[in-house]
Amino acid sequence: MTELSAHLPQFQHGQLTENFPDNHLSNTNDNSERRRHDNSGRRRNDNPESETNGQPQNNIQQVVEQDEEEDEELTLKYGAKHVIMLFVPVTLCMVVVVATIKSVSFYTRKDGQLIYTPFTEETETVGQRALNSILNAAIMISVIIVMTILLVVLYKYRCYKVIHGWLIISSLLLLFFFSFIYLGEVFKTYNVAMDYITVALIIWNFGVVGMICIHWKGPLRLQQAYLIMISALMALVFIKYLPEWTAWLILAVISVYDLVAVLCPKGPLRMLVETAQERNETLFPALIYSSTMIWLVNMAEEDPEAQRKATKNSTYDKQAPANQTRNEDAEADNGGFSQEWQQQRDNRIGPIESTPESRAAVQALPSNSQTSEDPEERGVKLGLGDFIFYSVLVGKASATASGDWNTTLACFVAILIGLCLTLLLLAIFKKALPALPISITFGLVFYFATDNLVQPFMDQLAFHQFYI
Amino acid sequence: AFFWLVSLLLASLVWFVSVRLSDRGDARLQHGLLVFGAAVSVLLQELFRFAYFKLLKKADEGLATISEDGRSPISLRQMAYVSGLSFGIISGIFSVINILADSIGPGTVGIHGDSPYYFITSAFLTMALVLLHTFWGVIFFDACEKRRYGCLGLVVASHLLTSGLTFLNPRYEASLGPIFIITLCTGLWAFVTAGGSFRSLLKCLSCKQEDNSRVMTYSALRVPCED
Repeated sequence: MTELSAHLPQFQHGQLTENFPDNHLSNTNDNSERRRHDNSGRRRNDNPESETNGQPQNNIQQVVEQDEEEDEELTLKYGAKHVIMLFVPVTLCMVVVVATIKSVSFYTRKDGQLIYTPFTEETETVGQRALNSILNAAIMISVIIVMTILLVVLYKYRCYKVIHGWLIISSLLLLFFFSFIYLGEVFKTYNVAMDYITVALIIWNFGVVGMICIHWKGPLRLQQAYLIMISALMALVFIKYLPEWTAWLILAVISVYDLVAVLCPKGPLRMLVETAQERNETLFPALIYSSTMIWLVNMAEEDPEAQRKATKNSTYDKQAPANQTRNEDAEADNGGFSQEWQQQRDNRIGPIESTPESRAAVQALPSNSQTSEDPEERGVKLGLGDFIFYSVLVGKASATASGDWNTTLACFVAILIGLCLTLLLLAIFKKALPALPISITFGLVFYFATDNLVQPFMDQLAFHQFYI
Repeated sequence: AFFWLVSLLLASLVWFVSVRLSDRGDARLQHGLLVFGAAVSVLLQELFRFAYFKLLKKADEGLATISEDGRSPISLRQMAYVSGLSFGIISGIFSVINILADSIGPGTVGIHGDSPYYFITSAFLTMALVLLHTFWGVIFFDACEKRRYGCLGLVVASHLLTSGLTFLNPRYEASLGPIFIITLCTGLWAFVTAGGSFRSLLKCLSCKQEDNSRVMTYSALRVPCED
């Protein structure tokens, strides 16, 4: 087990901190929607000579405003759907973690600590224990902050290869090594006889399909399932190797950090999200859970970024196409239509070029649905770090609480309600929000309250078989 | 469920504080404090049910304003049912899940002289309680909506009565029987409150299709919305 701890630091570094930058929700689809709204609105106002079907400018203004209002109504209406779309994966992740904790005793056995938490909690006095846990939490948080800043700096200076390599190494570790250990422990618990060859086959297939799904293309459900599984694995590692008080302290401090990092103007996560939005790229697919596919099929705009071209398929990986598009910038602005398409069009209707002027004229036509995406397809994104910390909270509650299932359930309900509230705020504010603070606060309050107050009460009531 | 949990938290806080301040050795006092705690819990649950009603009313108005035809997509009756059901589910789960978890493990029921029917009576009591919470939810919301405070008082009183009857355990004939009678009566009351009647029950059971092809009501004649 000590070798395990020694290997972990290198990769733990990578894994830990990559997940943390994305402790936020974002409906960047909505953001880019609104920007397209604004862009097309501005373009209409700047084209006085374009034939706008004889309608005056203020009509167009009204249409723009009406579209924005409709947009907001739609957001609120489909907000409930998004809440359910996020409830299911969060619940699944928590269920997997709790089931594992309850059945496989490996994850509740104390087998040492990570090197990020060097101070032990087996001390003589309570004061010493408190001090040690505070120091542990401080070290862990500073590691996280340093790694987050490093990631943001790498992203800002476009060192995509480094980030990509880092992500690949850590997902390799998770998908192969941690799942091998997990499988081994499950087999040990249920006393299943297994040979190495079968295990190698299973782990190889699981890992390779996982790498492909997460980093490249794959069916959406499979990608979501893999993301849930790696979040659960990561949460289990945390539950095993973090001592008690340290774990609670880390949860509390990281939700404060999340709040600061996402909302402060100079916060690293906010800078990350804003840079990604400026460059019109999506954040790393290996770190974010998204509830729908994004179809960016919209009208040809004058952006030379061939993001539109690259994202006509239904996946989410932007790193490889992003590198490609930089080469294709030099090509003529063909409005997003590929060469073959243009040839076909020429064959059918004759050589009519799509010029910037014609495109502007078409866009100037007032139309009710500027939203080229089906509103139902707009999804919500949740960072994997959020999954991990929610599951750590519920897992720790089920592992160490005296109230057992009552405490676990109370924390579960509290976290879901926190998530609900966060999504409500997201619908109101429409920008990236931290998903950890509200849920973790509710979860912690409910954990300590249920464990210390409710549990003795319910215990006494159940003892006498009284019902309330 | 969250609202019920918060009420439970506050009630157990009250009980905890009262136990801390009292003499631990006196068994009768502790029993009395437990009864007191249970009564406080019941009252707090109903209070939070009322608070939830207020919240849902506000949300209902909000939904109605942003919907297309000015009516909210969920009726207040549906909300009442869901609210009652969720109160019931979380209350039932909290009462029974630890018992269920213990029932898997090795052990003998009632080996120390307690009743050997503990598990099965717990199961039936929990079922009754879940159903009762659902019915109380429906009746409560309707009473609040129509401002019939007598009905409201009756709901609270029946909750207190049910909880009080469980204090008679393990004399199960005295507690289980009346509780089931109360459940049946409350169920009928809730059914009537929600607008059901003997005729509608027959219609539902005979699986007759609604014959609405011949007569078209005026409100159904709507201009198709422009798209």
